Amino acid sequence: MTRRPALKAVTANDLRGGHVVWRTASGRWSQHLADAHLWDDEAAAQIELIDAARETTEVVGVYLADIAQGPQGPEPVHFRERFRADGPSLAATRSYAPQLH
Amino acid sequence: MYTYSDADHAYLAERNRQFRQQVARRLDGSLTEDEFKPFRLMNGLYLQLHAYMLRVAIPYGTLSSGQMRKLAEIAERWDRGYGHFTTRQNIQFNWPKLEDVPDMLDALAEVGLHAIQTSGNTIRNVTADHFAGAAADELADPRPVAELIRQWSTDHPEFQFLPRKFKIAVTGSPNDRAVTRAHDIGLRMVARGGETGFEVIVGGGLGRTPMIGKVIRDFLPRADLLPYLEAIVAVYNRLGRRDNKYKARIKITVHEHGIGTIRDLVEAEFPARRAAFSGIDQQVLAGIEAQFAPPALPARDTGPFDAAYATDPMFRSFADTNLTAHRRADHAIVTVSLKAHGAVPGDASAGQMRVLADLAARYGHDELRVSHEQNIVLPHVARADLPALHRALRNAGLATANVGLASDIIACPGMDYCALATARSIPIAQEIAERVEALKIEHDLGPLKIKISGCINACGHHHVGHIGILGLDRAGVENYQVTLGGDHTETAAIGERAGPGFSAEALIPALERLLLAYLDLRHGRDESFLAAYRRLGPAPFKAALYGAEGQRDAA
Ligand code: HEM
Ligand code: SF4
Repeated sequence: MTRRPALKAVTANDLRGGHVVWRTASGRWSQHLADAHLWDDEAAAQIELIDAARETTEVVGVYLADIAQGPQGPEPVHFRERFRADGPSLAATRSYAPQLH
Repeated sequence: MYTYSDADHAYLAERNRQFRQQVARRLDGSLTEDEFKPFRLMNGLYLQLHAYMLRVAIPYGTLSSGQMRKLAEIAERWDRGYGHFTTRQNIQFNWPKLEDVPDMLDALAEVGLHAIQTSGNTIRNVTADHFAGAAADELADPRPVAELIRQWSTDHPEFQFLPRKFKIAVTGSPNDRAVTRAHDIGLRMVARGGETGFEVIVGGGLGRTPMIGKVIRDFLPRADLLPYLEAIVAVYNRLGRRDNKYKARIKITVHEHGIGTIRDLVEAEFPARRAAFSGIDQQVLAGIEAQFAPPALPARDTGPFDAAYATDPMFRSFADTNLTAHRRADHAIVTVSLKAHGAVPGDASAGQMRVLADLAARYGHDELRVSHEQNIVLPHVARADLPALHRALRNAGLATANVGLASDIIACPGMDYCALATARSIPIAQEIAERVEALKIEHDLGPLKIKISGCINACGHHHVGHIGILGLDRAGVENYQVTLGGDHTETAAIGERAGPGFSAEALIPALERLLLAYLDLRHGRDESFLAAYRRLGPAPFKAALYGAEGQRDAA
């Protein structure tokens, strides 16, 4: 399988809630990966990361995640990011399952 | 049980007040994350993959029913209705919001619980035998000493910035249920002449460099305990490596300097430490011991137990697996499994916590224990009450008869929650449990310890599992390495790696082959998996694990 170079999305955890957030094109934070702005230019993504990291009363742990454009929309490249984006993989198996955000 | 003194309450209230202000300053921007992080970690608050996580200490695993009810209330009010009991006898709440944490800590303080020193390079929550004070095989209850260590180590000014975390475990029984040989310091009560003291073990640990602890003192008189512990930790504080966090634990210090050198240094440090303790520790201990007076257990007729045992197969199965001998023959220690087949090991819903609290109040002298095997223990139940207890547990979905069997798996949170994970552990535990249940082999398999960690840190104790499973990331895919022959008891041993890792899909069939092979290889039911492994060596077990395919690869 040949893979195109990954796109980058700026991601973090919300300071108050701790939940995963993605940075949108308008510089807001969304809980949905689908809203994330995807950068194909790594240098531009790095600059956005610097801006995002200044928002220290909004978010914590800002970094760039590798994202691929899939048929259903953006998808994390690594399985760790997939769990971050989707929540624990075991939600469906029990009655008191944690709801996703 | 230990009840907080006014001084304890005042200390906790002040700590919580400080933390409330630290959170407020973080939220209004006057503290940066770098400034705030050490404060939150000092108070047990981590940031995980999807949320914050609050780790609450349950000292030596002992809870009253009031405390358990409070945990249920916290789970419902500020979390998602459940909590996760861990191998360190703590409870973790997986979904708190930062702004709610000060209220959660205040709620915990109402029942004498806190999250102090559940993180950071300090002396962590002291763990103990979960059957303490009840087991038939015990010399003495180790909890008064564990409480003394807790009081000594909490906010100990000299030991707030150790080279690395420091974990102490205590057992009062020759059958080690506290995994003392895999702790920074393990204490085993021993008798010599008419006197009881401690065998002191140092330098055990799991993680990326697993080590079995070494005996530094074979007999330490009780009265010397705190000064001797202080001497060990002081020597470690001086010698422990601060240049490399992977070499910072005392196990590496002991390994690099040798146990002989460490012993000499500790003995040299000891007299000054001993002199500084004027005897106040022994007075405090006497006060603590009075609070751990065993409950009065009126004599009870075991007739109802015998009748149910003879007639009710489900009860019999539960009694055979989930009961342990109590020092009083008309009583039993009940282990309630948090490992229903397919459930998340160690998770309990708020409803289940309340049921357990009610049952402890009704049948169990108000006491509960959290075991390092992620189950809940009712330590003092009259055998006469067991049929009624069993019915109540069944109604709450808590009567799974699998304690000590293949599905009673220790699993760390793994990549479903943990930011350090390299793979998932919980779904693997769920699949193994469901598979052995479908095959109906676990009662036939008998005692078996399967332990799973989601990364090299080994929070799931995989090194000391009879079958250990370590989840890794191999080129972006979850991969599981199997170790065999580990042992967490007084005959502690680190398991040996069986060979190359498995994909998640290949792992379950491989384990099935391994378990079925054991059934063929053993000398009858009395030979456990571990005993058969020790007799035969790894070869036949590896052959089964890797099956025909593995042999082809190896050829
Ligand atoms: C926030 C989640 C957790 C983090 C960040 C974490 C981190 C770590 C790290 C870094 C180590 C290795 C320490 C070393 O080798 O120096 C470790 C070891 C350990 N942790 Fe955790 N852990 C987490 C959750 C847990 C849980 C849920 C348990 C109990 C189920 C646990 C129990 C242990 C145990 C028993 C060890 C191995 C014993 C030792 O050598 O210290 N941890 N943990
Ligand atoms: S073993 Fe690794 S994955 Fe599991 S809880 Fe510990 S740090 Fe997390």
